[in-house]
Amino acid sequence: MGKQLQKRTKLDMAKLPEGLEGPGFFATKLEQVIGLARANSLWPLPFATSCCGIEFMATMASDYDLARFGSERLSFSPRQADMLMVMGTIAKKMGPTLRQVYEQMAEPKWVLSVGACASSGGIFDTYSVLQGIDRIIPVDVYVPGCPPRPEQIIEGILKIQELAKNESFRRRNSDEYKKLLNSYGME
Amino acid sequence: MENQELLNKINQKLNDQFPGAVEKAELTYDFPVFYIHKDKIHEALAILKNEPEFDFHFLTDLTGIQSADEKQLGVVYHLHNMPKNYRVRVKTYFDINKPEIPTACDLWPGANWMERETFDFYGVKFKGHPNLKRILNVDEMDIFPLRKEYPLEDQSREDKSDKMFGR
Amino acid sequence: MAKKGNKNNKVADTSVVEETVVSKKKAKIVVENNQQEPEEEKEYSTLNLGPTHPATHGIFQNVLKMDGEIIHEATPTVGYIHRAFEKLGERRPFYQITTLTDRLNYCSSPINNIGWHMTVEKLIGVQIPKRIDYMRVIIMELARISDHLVCNSVIGVDTGAMTGFLYIFQWREKIYDIYESICGARLTTNIGRIGGFEREWSKKTWELIDAFLRDYPKALKEFSNLLERNKIFMDRTVNCGPISAKMALDYSFTGPNLRAAGVDYDVRVATPYSSYQDFDFIIPVGTSGDTYDRFMVRQEEMWQSLEIIKQAIKNMPKEGGFHADVPDFYLPPKEEVYNNMEALIYHFKIVMGESDVPVGEVYHCVEGGNGELGYYLVSDGGRTPFRLHFRRPCFIYYQAYPEMIKGSMLSDAIITMSSMNVIAGELDA
Repeated sequence: MGKQLQKRTKLDMAKLPEGLEGPGFFATKLEQVIGLARANSLWPLPFATSCCGIEFMATMASDYDLARFGSERLSFSPRQADMLMVMGTIAKKMGPTLRQVYEQMAEPKWVLSVGACASSGGIFDTYSVLQGIDRIIPVDVYVPGCPPRPEQIIEGILKIQELAKNESFRRRNSDEYKKLLNSYGME
Repeated sequence: MENQELLNKINQKLNDQFPGAVEKAELTYDFPVFYIHKDKIHEALAILKNEPEFDFHFLTDLTGIQSADEKQLGVVYHLHNMPKNYRVRVKTYFDINKPEIPTACDLWPGANWMERETFDFYGVKFKGHPNLKRILNVDEMDIFPLRKEYPLEDQSREDKSDKMFGR
Repeated sequence: MAKKGNKNNKVADTSVVEETVVSKKKAKIVVENNQQEPEEEKEYSTLNLGPTHPATHGIFQNVLKMDGEIIHEATPTVGYIHRAFEKLGERRPFYQITTLTDRLNYCSSPINNIGWHMTVEKLIGVQIPKRIDYMRVIIMELARISDHLVCNSVIGVDTGAMTGFLYIFQWREKIYDIYESICGARLTTNIGRIGGFEREWSKKTWELIDAFLRDYPKALKEFSNLLERNKIFMDRTVNCGPISAKMALDYSFTGPNLRAAGVDYDVRVATPYSSYQDFDFIIPVGTSGDTYDRFMVRQEEMWQSLEIIKQAIKNMPKEGGFHADVPDFYLPPKEEVYNNMEALIYHFKIVMGESDVPVGEVYHCVEGGNGELGYYLVSDGGRTPFRLHFRRPCFIYYQAYPEMIKGSMLSDAIITMSSMNVIAGELDA
């Protein structure tokens, strides 16, 4: 049943940012250190509504373990989460709830839209389904698929890690970001 | 009891009690189907449930339907007698501009949400229902979406083109 | 229902709910003559068990009126994932509706697919060879195991036992491998065609099924040992959300929830479809309809499903091919399309979605993971159904939930909900 356990002698560690190294000190940009820490400890809020939620459960389980990427603690409270993963169809009835959850999250926050239904309405081109969550909240990464394989969901999270690692401190206060939020009617 | 025999027995009983209420009774794909006039539907269902010979104690399904000429709405009941394994379908039609029939909640409590769904989709008002509100659609919706006159798609979306076939 | 007996003082699982105390009834003071007689009305607090629900049970809302920890009343709101399946069903040709049925009870989509195919086969009146029936039975029982695994491991998670969930999902991956080798997809399978299967199963598929039958019983035994006779689990789940057989029948319950209440109704035995009458299996029945009974019924059904699959493989007929002769719905082989006029016309009609079906209405039901999944199809002879209605068991039995949790504590209400296996896709359609 089980595979042979392999002993790993060389551990993978996160890559150090560029900096000035000397005996007893290491100097680098604060932004890069914080980025590194944020990227490897994203706490997701799984907003799982339908079938993609079951693929998310498979991703969290032992075969495709998501906890290896730092998402060990799933937070169901928006106040304590970094990343909002919207998985599944969002109907128009659910829209206000999703928006409320997004607004409650503290900056910096990232949004991952998993599945065809969350990205664009999917196969449900009907009167009751919101045709994509980017009509109500800004989205960072879209993962297409119906449902996407766990490997694809993990790739989406890796892309968010890239975004988190390289984000500047000033981004969330910049004019461009404020304009983006205003276009959704948020402050 | 064979389906044909069951059909005849129920037909006879209903005709004895309410002459003229049964508009049609036939076997469709080996399934007894009764078309009952809307004024007598509640009494007919009560007979089907309470009569010990029939004893349809289980309501499998309750749903709405629109007639092909779009002028009438209907309600379809599927009933089941588990110990003897009888199944029947009861249909009743009424005018689309005055869609009101008595509720079946007093006979089968399980009809509660099924009738709310029928109200939500077709606008059929069930007299005597404890809580006849929309259940699946948003509360503010003012149309009954499953009627044939309303389109499937959300007409206000701009990113999908109706010119593609299949729409 | 019955109030919970003397239990240990359980602290509410507050990470589970969003607390919004909205209103409190004020105490009324009645003044009579010169006497002040305080007459207090009971103060209830309102708790919103909101649509964003942890542990991916699906999205539905319950507004609870609580007296401290005890629930006095519950008002459910559903429809947060209403995708208008029935309206979509009037627009899509018959074989495109299979992809819709996938997304009803998405934990066991092959059962939905095959049920839909059987409905259309009933409408057009085609006889399916026994071999295909047996193949379908294997797939449906695998799907049933897959569905019950999700439900039972999630009951474990809700009582605090994460281990079962984490490791038993590995076996769902094995079932996904089997689906993938047949139809290419893991979860929303769109498996089979109207008339059978799309191609003969490869050797790999049979090997995977054999490996599953060989290895899974050991894993299921481990999972059972974790929870079945575990005192903590039994204390949590026995007498939690019980329902009597009479009430269950009144509310049109079917499936494991009804069998846990004591009624032995199973569509596979009552109205056998797909040659289920050839198989020899037991229907597990509970006594009190509480959470523990529901858990145990599903556990036992998984063992029975394994038995059925073993019998199917042992007795599989050799002849019959992998699909019945349904030229209106089954793409002809490419060699014939290029050489034969008839095959070309069929190919064209199928791809464009123009199929000829008789006028009529059928009702067909299968035993889904949650109960009697019924398909009511009214056809007017056109390329799409005139009316398609899904008799969804989750939708029908969820209406009894407020009755079941009246008088119980909040954490027991959570376990009751997860043991009823409410799948949002099937609830709202």
